[in-house]
Amino acid sequence: MISPILHFLFRHLIKGPHTMRERIAPDPDGLGELVAALERAARRRLGRSLSIRAVDSGSCNGCELEIHAVNNPVYDLERFGIRFVASPRHADVLLVTGPACCNMAEALARTYAATPAPKWVVAMGDCARDGGCFAGSYAILGGTDAVVPVDLHIPGCPPTPKQILSGLLALLDTAGR
Amino acid sequence: MIGNVSLLEFLSSGQLVENHRPWPRYRLDGKAWRALVERLDAADWTLMAEWGEPTEIHVALRDEVNRDIAVVSRPAFDRRFFALGQVRPGAVRIERAIRDLWGLAPEGLEDQRPWLDHGRWPSRRPLSAQPQPPAEAPPAYRFLEAEGVGLHQIPVGPVHAGVIEPGHFRFHAQGETVVRLEERLGYVHRGVEGLLRDAPLDKAAKVIARVSGDSTVAYSLAFARAVEAALGCEIPPRAHWLRALMAEMERMANHVFDFGAVCNDAAFAIMLSHMGVLREQLVRANAAMFGHRLLMDRIVPGGVATDLSPEGAEALRHLLHNFAKNFRKAVALYDSAPSLLDRTAGTGITYASLVHRFGAGGVVGRAAGRAHDARRTPGYPPYDELDFDIPLYAEGDVHARLMVRAEEVRASLAIVAQILDSLPKGAISVPLPQVAGEGMGVVEGFRGEVVVWVRMAEDGTVLHCHPHDPSWFQWPLLEAAIEGNIVADFPLCNKSFNCSYAGHDR
Ligand code: SF4
Repeated sequence: MISPILHFLFRHLIKGPHTMRERIAPDPDGLGELVAALERAARRRLGRSLSIRAVDSGSCNGCELEIHAVNNPVYDLERFGIRFVASPRHADVLLVTGPACCNMAEALARTYAATPAPKWVVAMGDCARDGGCFAGSYAILGGTDAVVPVDLHIPGCPPTPKQILSGLLALLDTAGR
Repeated sequence: MIGNVSLLEFLSSGQLVENHRPWPRYRLDGKAWRALVERLDAADWTLMAEWGEPTEIHVALRDEVNRDIAVVSRPAFDRRFFALGQVRPGAVRIERAIRDLWGLAPEGLEDQRPWLDHGRWPSRRPLSAQPQPPAEAPPAYRFLEAEGVGLHQIPVGPVHAGVIEPGHFRFHAQGETVVRLEERLGYVHRGVEGLLRDAPLDKAAKVIARVSGDSTVAYSLAFARAVEAALGCEIPPRAHWLRALMAEMERMANHVFDFGAVCNDAAFAIMLSHMGVLREQLVRANAAMFGHRLLMDRIVPGGVATDLSPEGAEALRHLLHNFAKNFRKAVALYDSAPSLLDRTAGTGITYASLVHRFGAGGVVGRAAGRAHDARRTPGYPPYDELDFDIPLYAEGDVHARLMVRAEEVRASLAIVAQILDSLPKGAISVPLPQVAGEGMGVVEGFRGEVVVWVRMAEDGTVLHCHPHDPSWFQWPLLEAAIEGNIVADFPLCNKSFNCSYAGHDR
């Protein structure tokens, strides 16, 4: 008898990756074009390697859920060479979520300082732009730019995987220049 | 009279506060409050939540014998109160936070260190009547010490290696073995309760939905129920059923992903991929049915914001059929991987005694012998009309927490099928009456019991609102669960708890 794990792997080999299956990735709103554009840009500008370090400076964790989603097999961000890395010292991009909480300001600033130049900061979500629905609280300083300079903002609460992909595409356009 | 006095009997000597629904609220004087704390040492009354106001302290309690719930308040004009943390360890961090925010001093508490206040806010005691100027420099936090030959410290965080929320963990380790773990949280404190003071209802609802994004449905539901209770408002049956549908979709999406993520932390990455796809199917169905992947802002006081179309219901039925099949296969894969079971079985054990002492609910509680589920007790519509099982395990290890998740997904699938079969027709919301009042909502989120308390003004303004996350009673148990395990198993244990940082820090 073949073991369940072999069976599992074999089935997925035959069926091909989720990114290619129509059933799961219907393309009503241009996700396909977006993906193709992202691939071209990633290859041209970065030779297929961009490392992102995610920093939560006060998120409600909704934005984190969508970061996980772009890494799932359906969107599979890694196929463009865009990877999430464990340390800011390995990163080209800081992807910051949430408002800039007072209690996280120093950690965020130090993470930024630990990232080697050239580096870019992407503020992800409405909170990271200006504090979002937490604006005006005693416990936050504002959006990400209250602590570190921001290169690009991805709108949404939380941004959908598609918005994240197009945000990264826009970043590649900037970064390659 | 010593003996089996029920909670409500005990409180009957206090002053009943008018307009608090659906459970009563009593005001006690200092002496009676002290008697309450002493009685809590032995009584089978569960601490549900505790919070402050500038001159009052509140606690929500549940009598486990007859299931009565009550809110107990004590005016604290002298800005101090006899601490519950002396007899209920689960209250210790809450009361440290109460002092940080409202400046009410918990008397008799051994641990007097600050908790949420890291010395970085523009003022100290920001929610008290007179906030004070901050300290000149953030004070150093005094971690508990451990002594012994060869002991070393490992500080981790607040910024971690993975895509997770920030928190600091201080390990004392001997070689590979953890001797003590101490958590330090509060990094993502956003001042939610400050924002909820004198807030228009729609703004308050938006903030509440973002206390902990993965539990947005649970929080919105608890808030809506609290507001409706305060205003004495009945919502249409269809709204109840749609709310339950959303709550079960949220529960499944989170459990499924957590199942994959726990296995991933035991170096079994294929499970994360598989579960990631299943989760994606659910959140896409959410977007197709209700217009938001995480269902944010879909539950509003008075009902729900979006109706479910017949086509939407049909599509969901179809989707869940395949989903159930694939989920079953994935769990079978888990069962057939001895190398994976070797990592999860016997790892990160929480003991039933501790789980009961802290009143920990959700997956953490049900994996270690505490069966509490707010859908049953106190219960709320439409769950009284639905047939579902609540899994219960005794082992308290990572494996048991995974099994509880798997069984809860199956239970949720059964619930959703019943909802789709008997969804009542009719309106999905009602206008809210313009009255003043206080109310509390208690809801079972995927993580455990979410409690929201609210005080409404006549013009529809939220005067005061307190959201309580189940993580408050689970985080301390993680410290106990990791003891004696190896440092490398910490991510596995932590993920198997999956406590909320944002919900806890608020
Ligand atoms: S943008 Fe929305 S989802 Fe993201 S952290 Fe802010 S409130 Fe949460």
